[in-house]
Amino acid sequence: MIFYRYVAEIVFFLFIAAIFFGAVASLRARYLMNAVLGLALALAGVAGLFYHLGSPFLALMQLLIGIGAICVILAFGIMTAPRPEQEAEMLGAVKRNKPLAVVACLAVSIPLILTIVGTQWPPAAVRVGDFSVKHLGENLLHQFCLSFELISVVLLAAILGALAIARIGRGDWE
Amino acid sequence: MGTTIPLPPGLLRMVFTAVVVIALVFLNSLILGYVERKLAGRFQLRPGPMEVGPHGILQLMADAVKLLGKQFIIPQAANSPLFRLAPLLAFVPVGAAFIVVPLSQKLQVRDLDVGLIFIVAVMALNMVATLIAGWVSNNKYSLFGAVRSVAQSVAYEIPLLLSLVAVVLMTHTFNMQEIVLSQDHIWHVVQQPVAFLIYFIAGMAETHRAPFDLPEAESELTAGFHTEFSGIRFSFFFLAEYTNMFFVGSIAVVLFLGGWHGPQLPFMDYSAAVWFLLKVYSLLLIMIWVRWTFPRVRFDQLLNFCWKYLTPIALVNLLVTAVVVKL
Repeated sequence: MIFYRYVAEIVFFLFIAAIFFGAVASLRARYLMNAVLGLALALAGVAGLFYHLGSPFLALMQLLIGIGAICVILAFGIMTAPRPEQEAEMLGAVKRNKPLAVVACLAVSIPLILTIVGTQWPPAAVRVGDFSVKHLGENLLHQFCLSFELISVVLLAAILGALAIARIGRGDWE
Repeated sequence: MGTTIPLPPGLLRMVFTAVVVIALVFLNSLILGYVERKLAGRFQLRPGPMEVGPHGILQLMADAVKLLGKQFIIPQAANSPLFRLAPLLAFVPVGAAFIVVPLSQKLQVRDLDVGLIFIVAVMALNMVATLIAGWVSNNKYSLFGAVRSVAQSVAYEIPLLLSLVAVVLMTHTFNMQEIVLSQDHIWHVVQQPVAFLIYFIAGMAETHRAPFDLPEAESELTAGFHTEFSGIRFSFFFLAEYTNMFFVGSIAVVLFLGGWHGPQLPFMDYSAAVWFLLKVYSLLLIMIWVRWTFPRVRFDQLLNFCWKYLTPIALVNLLVTAVVVKL
């Protein structure tokens, strides 16, 4: 049905727009909170792309973890932290760190762009519409075992870091 | 060529479903709102709403009209665009979650393979709305409400999901229909009583119902995150809360209480749907009963209860389930 093709195209570009708008909003935001909301919007756009590409499971996980957990935790941290009063001082820090930020950006983006340009993108041959637990489990533990384990290692590091910070205790912050 | 653009197939169905879903959201809130106020009255030895209609049955209608007519006030220091957006953000996801609720074997909008995850993910979005609402009001009470709400939701989501996973381990599917069908002979509540209890407690905490209503806590925070919202925008939060309750109830029914299974009722073509709604509303009645019977817990009690009891028990339960399923 041609009508649906158009709708799908429009929706696809809406998701792209959401990602870009969210990213820009989170960079240009005056308040940290708005930056987190921009991130949430961008992640929602990514979830939409996943859905558009025929993987509702990934899309929902993106919503559940990306927005429901990560953004919420970030926002929680911002709310409970003291407000940055010395805004001028912070702006100075921004100026000083600009070259570093540029270097960091390039270090990530150049390899990414090179990979994207260099990859031979095969057309999605078979679209798996199978989201049964069995299928997901087999994929996670066979084909994507390495990434799966990598994520566990990252999570373990995060937990250890959190424990190390929390060991200082509440009283010693003042 | 005077050809008309052919209507795409399914468009009519989509529009029809959208209308029905929105109508259901409002109807559910009307019923629950009335029942809640009536029962609250009875529990406190007073009659509850009595004036509008017989036994006050039209009271919620009158309130809705009043809310619609109210002026919408935006506090001067509030972040205006987000302030307008927050109630919608609370309301839209819960409306969307309706599409995977299986009222009966046929009465379901979309039979998604990942239906269970869909509902849970969509309910997580509601949390973001709460957070935004509390933040943009630029009010200490609202901010406290939002902070509490987030700490509570993040904590209770873990035992909630763990208890759901225990059932998924047994049924090998996230599909709501298949989970219901797998309870043909025996309901999962018999095999998973611990998971059911954990789910129900965590579900009550997720919907911010007393005794876990610290984000709203009218006596200390004057309604918490929605203090500053008035008129129609307040009613969006109200609708979202009651619809969320409905989902907590329906997930419990689908996963633990046999879904739409039940003996065929005489003179009823839709006895499955009737059974489903009966089960959901009995659970919701229990939730209301609990709310008006128990006092609010303290915040440290709330979090300790989750992290020190519910989560470990849920983990052990999951482990035992995994072992038993494998044997």
